[in-house]
This record gives sequence, structure tokens and C-alpha cells, in this order.
Amino acid sequence: MKVFVVAEHMKGQLAETTFELLGKARALAGDGGEVIALLGGHGHKDLAAQLGAADKVIYADHPALEQFNPQAWCKAVTQMLQGRLPGLVLVSYSSQGMDLASGVGTALDVPVLAYATDVQADGGRITVTSQLYGGKIMAESAVNGDSAIVAMLAGVAPADAGRAEGSPAVEEVSLEGLDALQVTFKELVEPEGGDVDITKADVIVSVGRGIQSEENIEMAEALAQKLGGVVAASRPIVDAKWLPKSRQVGKSGLKVKPKLYIALGISGAPEHIEGMKDSETIIAINSDPKAPIFEYAHYGVAEDLFDVVPALTEKL
Amino acid sequence: MNIVVPIKQVPDLVEELEIAASGKDLDREWLKYKINEFDDHALEEALCFKEAHGGQVIAVAIDGEDVDKALYTAAAKGADRVIKITGEVADNSHAHARALANVIGQLDWNMVFIGVQAVDERDGQTGVILAHYLGVPHISVVTEVQQSGGGVEVVKEFGGGIVAKLEVQPPAVFGIQAARQTPRYVPVAKVRRAMRGTELEEMDAGSVDVTAGSEVVRLFKPESKGGAEMIEGSPEEVAAKLAEIIKSKL
Ligand SMILES: Cc1cc2nc3c(=O)[nH]c(=O)nc-3n(C[C@H](O)[C@H](O)[C@H](O)COP(=O)(O)OP(=O)(O)OC[C@H]3O[C@@H](n4cnc5c(N)ncnc54)[C@H](O)[C@@H]3O)c2cc1C
Repeated sequence: MKVFVVAEHMKGQLAETTFELLGKARALAGDGGEVIALLGGHGHKDLAAQLGAADKVIYADHPALEQFNPQAWCKAVTQMLQGRLPGLVLVSYSSQGMDLASGVGTALDVPVLAYATDVQADGGRITVTSQLYGGKIMAESAVNGDSAIVAMLAGVAPADAGRAEGSPAVEEVSLEGLDALQVTFKELVEPEGGDVDITKADVIVSVGRGIQSEENIEMAEALAQKLGGVVAASRPIVDAKWLPKSRQVGKSGLKVKPKLYIALGISGAPEHIEGMKDSETIIAINSDPKAPIFEYAHYGVAEDLFDVVPALTEKL
Repeated sequence: MNIVVPIKQVPDLVEELEIAASGKDLDREWLKYKINEFDDHALEEALCFKEAHGGQVIAVAIDGEDVDKALYTAAAKGADRVIKITGEVADNSHAHARALANVIGQLDWNMVFIGVQAVDERDGQTGVILAHYLGVPHISVVTEVQQSGGGVEVVKEFGGGIVAKLEVQPPAVFGIQAARQTPRYVPVAKVRRAMRGTELEEMDAGSVDVTAGSEVVRLFKPESKGGAEMIEGSPEEVAAKLAEIIKSKL
């Protein structure tokens, strides 16, 4: 089987997920199969040397690909795949991948599968497992035809399997229609440094929508203080501006690996899990016994956090 | 500039989800629905844009559970037109995008703001597919859209808090992740007033000649990978046990 991997990079660095996908692609391609990495950029050809797990790298260079311009990248990846399918195309379900997977799939009229946690290709028949409804339900899908674009969640395959020495052959391709675009990349803006660096903390008390109000965050502060830790949050808390962006854990926030992560009123959506699942010990308090967070926690309490947290703070 | 905001109802995840006897869909009999939270943000960002720069906000929704209420709520919040899309539309992103494209193609529009994703989009994001059907560019994971020169400046989020600023010449579709401010709340009384004072327009979905490109073989609940050791008892007992565990780990 021919398996393509879209190599994702930013600021000259390949994404961790690219290696996860390469490892997965290697396993799917099997003996006699081929893994082809699709790399775009402007002066990024040297990144191919890190894609040793692929048999071949297709590289396209264009000024519009220097940064992530969704319009340019969709055109580029579409052209890189044109005439090379059938095959399976693996893309990360990241900010970049969200534009690419559905965009390229629709442009090429190839089935798209999102939120994927696994892909199987037995005898050429492609089956994909997706995590739907915020992680509460899984769906197994059979693809019609012999090609698919699969957008995989971060962390569902080991990255080590996709790291390999050796420079694969690079085939450089030229692109068309990228000179007059409606989308122009202006600038990349780095986050403002926060008051605390949550990635350095040993203990994180993280609050989600279950905390209900800005005032109630004090309760989490009190617990964190007892433990010498810091307070972090899920996205809705940051969107509501109850805590600064520097406290957000997850896909579009920060990745943390503390000794202890205490999740209060967080459901465990895949985008949150991505940022904290490697914590040494995870304790979750959530009144919904079916909350997906309990799949990832080591210890769980299915009770009202407003009953448990003050009592716990008292005991410490 | 006129902004179209497609809104969609999705199952409320606070409720327990059950799988239907067919094994291929949710048991929808008792499901409670709510607006896709990212669509709510898309509507908010559209209203903020309109308040700053003028133009119209047109909310559209494919017919389904509680859709009238969602559209009247959009009207109560400030949408200028609300349109219900009727006809046969299969429940997948491709079909939804096709129906939306058929209808939006008949409107006088410049931008589409749509939730960046929904919890049930198995076959890709409706917004991105819609952009391709409309033949316009798309940007996903957008947190702000501002008028700038002849076009708009858009903020797109990546991981780690890094964002990009992009300049776009509409028409275009933006997958909204979060509005610049918390989506506004409207009291029920105002929604009721909107129900009396708003014309809910209906437009036909037209020919929806696309498929998801894949079939659901089965739905299942995540197989517990061991999961958490659950701690039970009174709040006091639970707290005591947790304190023990925490002390042993630090
Ligand atoms: C591109 C993209 C990027 C994203 N990036 C991130 C990210 O970086 N980080 C992130 O967190 N999310 C991110 N999200 C959002 C994500 O999809 C979820 O919407 C979000 O994680 C949900 O946050 P939550 O768990 O706090 O809220 P909910 O999902 O609303 O969960 C609240 C939980 O609180 C529980 N609860 C309620 N009351 C109580 C009580 N009294 N006691 C105990 N429990 C209670 C409920 O049972 C529920 O499980 C992203 C989404 C997208 C599309």
C-alpha cells in the first residue's frame, strides 16, 4: 500500500505529530509498500533529512509556502498528490491539518475521515476509527474506494517509530497557480509570557467549565497553594477571559507533564487530553461518571467538585 | 460586508449518549440538542464585525431538531435574516456543505463564519468542504476577523499560543474557533419577541448529490483502557483518600 504523510513544520521545526504519522505509515505500508512524505516550504528542503522513515520525499518550494497560508498549502498538497493516488494520506488533525485534510480531500474528491485514532488497511480495504462527540463515542468507518485522507489526532501513535536515520530520495516538484492568491500571510505572533510558566510546575490544578464562575477559581487556587502548584484551565475558561492564555492546557494551549495533574470539572475532550495525557499522575473530579476524562485519569471522583475540593484542601 | 453564519444543532454532551439498535447511529429518541458551541462563537464574531463595520448577518440552518428556536435566538441576538434550509439532506459534512453551498450561492454574501468543527463531523469539517464547493479560500481555527483596507485581517491559532495574522480578500470561509468576546446571552423573553417579529425564511436545499465517501460500520463506546480507579464515599471520605494518594505521589 502507498501511504503519504503530510510533513508539518513551523519555525523550521517538524511537528512531533509528523513522526507519529510516519511511524503509523510505515506499519500500514507493510513489506513492499511505500511511504512518501509530502514536504512544502520555501528553503525548507533540508528538513527532508529528518524524514528517514519515508522511502521518498516529495518537496515543493514556493514563497507562498514559507509560512502556513491555508490557500497556498491546499493547492500545493493537492498538486503533490495529483496523479500519485490511489493511496492513503495521513494528516495531523492540527490547526494546519484542519485546513488541509478536508480541503485537499474535497479538491481531489477523495473521502475524508476526521478525529481519527486508528487506521487499518487490510487487503487494500481502508477502515478508520474516529473519536466523536467529545470522546464519548467511537465510530468505525469503511472507506468507499482505495484512497482516503485521514486526519489523525495527536498522540495516537508513538513518534519514536517514525524517527529514522538516513536521507530518503527527494523528488522536487514545481507548482502552479500559487502566485495570485486571495490569502496573504502577514506575520507570526508569539504568545505573551504569562505570570507563571505552567509547563515548569510539578503540580497543576486545572479548572474546566464545571467551575461555573470566575469567583470559584479561588477554590482551585487554595488547593494549588496547599500543594505548591499552579492553576491552569481548559479552553472555555480562557475564552471567557477568567484566566490568561498562558494558563491554557491543550491543543491550542500548552502541553504539560507535571507530577500531578488535578482536573476539576473538565470533560476530557480530545483537544484537552492532547495537552495533559503524559502527566505522571492524573486525578479527575467530575460529576458525570461517563466523562471521557476518567479514561485518562489514574484516579477519579464522580462527585460534585464543590463538595470534594474544599474538603480535600482542608485535609492537606 | 455581509456575513453568512451556518448554525447546527448537535447532541448535548452533558446527557448520556446511547447507541441505536442498528449500531450505526446514536439513539436519537431522547437526545437533547444544543447549538454547536463553535457556531455560537461564529455568530458572535459576525455580530461583532457587523457592529464595527456594518453589513448584514444572515444565519442559516439545515432543518432539524430545535432549529427554529436556534434561528430565532440568532435573530434575537442581532442577525438580520434567518433562513431555514428545507429538503432531504443526509447527516454528514459533505451533504451539509453541499446544501449550504446551494443556498449561500443565491445570497448576496462576502464571508461565511462557521464553527471550526462540530463533535459529529466524522467526514471532515463542513466549513472547509463548503469553501471548496463555493470555490473560495478557507481559514480554520480563526479567533478574530477585522476589516483592513479592501479586505480583512484574520487571526489563526496554532498550538502553544502562537497565532498568525493573514490578510484575505473575500469572498472566503472562516472556521471560527472562538469569538473575540464571550458569545452574548439573550433572555428567553427576547427570543419570544423575536419569534413574533422575525420572518423565518425557508429555502430549498436543492440537489445534494454528494456522499461522505465512507460508511459507518459501527459505533461503540470507548473501550475502557483500565481507566481511572474510582474513589467513592462521602466528600469527607473521598477527600481523605485523595489526600493520601496525593501525599504518596509528591
Ligand atoms: C482547534 C481546537 C483547539 C482546541 N484547543 C483546546 C485546548 O487547547 N484546550 C482545551 O481545553 N480545549 C480546547 N478545545 C476545546 C475542546 O474541544 C472542548 O470544547 C473543551 O476542552 C471543553 O472544556 P471543558 O472540559 O472545560 O468543558 P465541558 O466539555 O463543557 O466540560 C465541563 C465538565 O464539567 C463537569 N461538571 C459540571 N459541573 C460540575 C460540578 N459541579 N462538579 C464536577 N464536575 C462538573 C461536567 O460533567 C463536564 O464534564 C479546542 C477546540 C478546537 C476545535
